[in-house]
Amino acid sequence: MTESLGKYTFRIFRYDPERSARPRRDTFEMEVSRGMTVLDCLQAIKAEQDGTLTFRRSCRSAICGSCAMNINGKNDLACHLQVALLRGRRIAVEPLPGYPVIRDLVVCMDEFYDSLMRVLPWFVRKTGFPDRELPQSPADRDRIDNAVNCILCGSCTSSCPSFWYNNRSIGPGALLKAFRFIFDSRDEARGERLALVDGRDGVWRCRTVYNCEEACPKGLRPNEAIAALKIAALKETV
Amino acid sequence: MLHRYDTVIVGAGLAGMRAAVEAQAGGSCCVLTKVFPTRSHSGAAQGGIAAALGNEDEDDWTLHMFDTVKGSDYLGDQDAIEILVRAAPDAIIGLEHMGTPFSRTPAGRIAQREFGGHTRKRACYAADLTGHVILHTLYEQCLRHAVRFFPEFMVLALAIEEGACAGVVALDIATGELHTFRARAVILATGGYGRAFRISSNAHANTGDGLSVAARAGLPLEDMEFVQYHPTGLFPSGILVTEGARGEGGHILNGAGERLMERYAPKMMELAPRDVTSRAIQSEINEGRGIGGGAFVHLDIRHLGAEKIMKRLPQILDLALRFAGVDALREPIPIQPTAHYSMGGIPTDNDGRVRRDAAGAVVPGLYACGECACVSVHGANRLGCNSLLEAVVFGERAGRAACADLPRLGWAAFPPAAEAGVRGDLAALADGQGREPFARIRDDLQEGMQRNCGIFRSEGPLREQLDIIRRLKERFAAARLTDRGRRFNTELVEMIELRSLLDFSEIVVAGALARTESRGAHYRTDYPRRNDADWLRHSLAWTGPEGPVFDHVPVRITRYEPKERKY
Ligand SMILES: Cc1cc2nc3c(=O)[nH]c(=O)nc-3n(C[C@H](O)[C@H](O)[C@H](O)COP(=O)(O)OP(=O)(O)OC[C@H]3O[C@@H](n4cnc5c(N)ncnc54)[C@H](O)[C@@H]3O)c2cc1C
Ligand code: FES
Repeated sequence: MTESLGKYTFRIFRYDPERSARPRRDTFEMEVSRGMTVLDCLQAIKAEQDGTLTFRRSCRSAICGSCAMNINGKNDLACHLQVALLRGRRIAVEPLPGYPVIRDLVVCMDEFYDSLMRVLPWFVRKTGFPDRELPQSPADRDRIDNAVNCILCGSCTSSCPSFWYNNRSIGPGALLKAFRFIFDSRDEARGERLALVDGRDGVWRCRTVYNCEEACPKGLRPNEAIAALKIAALKETV
Repeated sequence: MLHRYDTVIVGAGLAGMRAAVEAQAGGSCCVLTKVFPTRSHSGAAQGGIAAALGNEDEDDWTLHMFDTVKGSDYLGDQDAIEILVRAAPDAIIGLEHMGTPFSRTPAGRIAQREFGGHTRKRACYAADLTGHVILHTLYEQCLRHAVRFFPEFMVLALAIEEGACAGVVALDIATGELHTFRARAVILATGGYGRAFRISSNAHANTGDGLSVAARAGLPLEDMEFVQYHPTGLFPSGILVTEGARGEGGHILNGAGERLMERYAPKMMELAPRDVTSRAIQSEINEGRGIGGGAFVHLDIRHLGAEKIMKRLPQILDLALRFAGVDALREPIPIQPTAHYSMGGIPTDNDGRVRRDAAGAVVPGLYACGECACVSVHGANRLGCNSLLEAVVFGERAGRAACADLPRLGWAAFPPAAEAGVRGDLAALADGQGREPFARIRDDLQEGMQRNCGIFRSEGPLREQLDIIRRLKERFAAARLTDRGRRFNTELVEMIELRSLLDFSEIVVAGALARTESRGAHYRTDYPRRNDADWLRHSLAWTGPEGPVFDHVPVRITRYEPKERKY
């Protein structure tokens, strides 16, 4: 299991406004063994070469969404990307694009979190509750499966040109959240939510570039959710 | 900077956020969390959450209670367990009414699956992403109730003045500034602490900070010697493969291709409780019957068929591929036991009030819930799916108790030196004169705990580990912080986390050395039997200048007298 893959070079974005207003790129060389993820390498570099290298991580199993960053030009989770599967021996690591950088690979995601607030991001029930669970068929549950698996890593919205261009745009991440409730057979705020996403900054800001589909490290398809929302908005809002 | 809230909650996992929804109703409230709420480790829980709903099997709370008491090897407090299991069905229905997208039966009910140690299909689940969907649902509910979050705020100290809790001091990670939070009630919900071991299913953030700040404030910790090793961690990383994989029918095979549980738990086989199964696997590995004689065995789910695997265990498929390079539809998954859950923690009464001594006196204004607390509902060994349940049920109870207590809780005088004390601590951390990077100290701690305080324990290695930890503490005092910046200094964060690990690890090892019996997850090869005459009692440990000091509390037995445990 510890078979060596040889030396790799990591070219990493660095930015620390306490020291300099200008970002730079540092290169680190390290010996990588089979099984190591990009996150393992970042941690090894931090432990052994440069303690100031700054990034977020927690679960290291692709479920907490902390470690999203741009690796060789693609937004992904550092913790689930095997180095052995990357092409070449030079790996470029950058922060997620589109968000302000706090330090090195750590970005400020407030805009992303705020975008969620624009789609009424919680379950709404108006007609009250039975004593037991609300019934839902397996087929109805399946419709939102994709969307409930979202880990809020922010990769999709970070990749969306409409969001770069205009950060009033709700963005694919929050639209996926809207889909999660609008297509939940138990929820009763479908109309309000559709009205929220129907505006200029909502689904119609999407130019079907499909960057979000490629960017999602969990293989979810925000683009398909947006397409479904567009159809529902056309049919159901006046 | 100074803040004032009636209730300050530390931690935004299931326990902290469930408490917040409750506490929000009774006064001003905020939640401090060192990772953004949805990044808490509750989200990694895969398998399920237990409740005798009876959707798939006939079931009732007395059966759930007996399974839990037996699973705890009779160390669980039965009045607390009764509260847990009786509250369970309503707690699950409550989560569903908040919108939690559980998987469904054909009849449209919440689906339930089998789980180790539970004698009925009792685990409510959402595929193998149960913790994730509940965590996100609770976060949504907190947004709905406009709960005030302070994300990436790390609590460094509890302020206790004249025996009452007055608030906390926290580091704003993004700016490096210290903040003082005055409060009438503080609820600790800082989660698990499995990072003391090299092979662990826990997140990097699971470092037991809550335990450390409590211990440093002079409070005891309970039953710390009981650490659960999960039987099926991926080899080599230790990342979890849910027990749900066995609940759905997966087999564990040794190097000879035999279902090895036949030898250890012929009745329950792969669904025996975790302590039994982990010891079985480790014995096979130690005796050379791992795969190719190596340090792992196989979990085989191929016979479940692609459709079932993709539907019920999609995350496992992905994790096996990405972290072990294995296609679980076609190949068995290499697994090994992994440090997973900590039964011990900050002692509380049945409403989350923190106990300060063996007589049960409480600390006014201080509460704890979730994995960092010890009520104790898990005793010597937790059953799978009971800890998400504990986080939700006792999170709610702690939140409610804090609200109810508010009128009686004044604003305890805030110790004026609290913030300055923390500032001094930080300066001392930064000023180590040595050259050693602290990451090496952490590696040595994890390696030692793994080797000397793991599944099989005995006096010699435990003593050695105590020595190791004392030396590590000296090395830690001299270690060097290379990052002198204030802004998002993760090296500083990791160093404080290592201090927490060292603090409580010493108590884990000392407790394991003191407990001269085998019970649940604590197994002593030199004392292989359970000894009820001397040890049917909880350990309380305080940190003293010469090492941990112990006292004991009797177990509360209401319904089921201790019997031998057989599976
Ligand atoms: C991989 C895995 C799978 C599991 N699967 C299951 C399962 O299927 N069923 C089950 O019942 N149990 C399961 N468990 C156990 C269960 O997930 C945990 O016991 C439970 O989620 C703990 O919840 P919590 O709210 O107490 O803590 P956590 O969810 O860990 O939250 C802790 C919170 O405390 C915060 N925090 C910590 N330290 C500080 C500090 N110094 N300052 C500020 N904030 C701080 C963190 O930011 C976080 O928000 C699993 C555990 C693991 C590791
Ligand atoms: S560390 Fe949690 S997703 Fe990568």
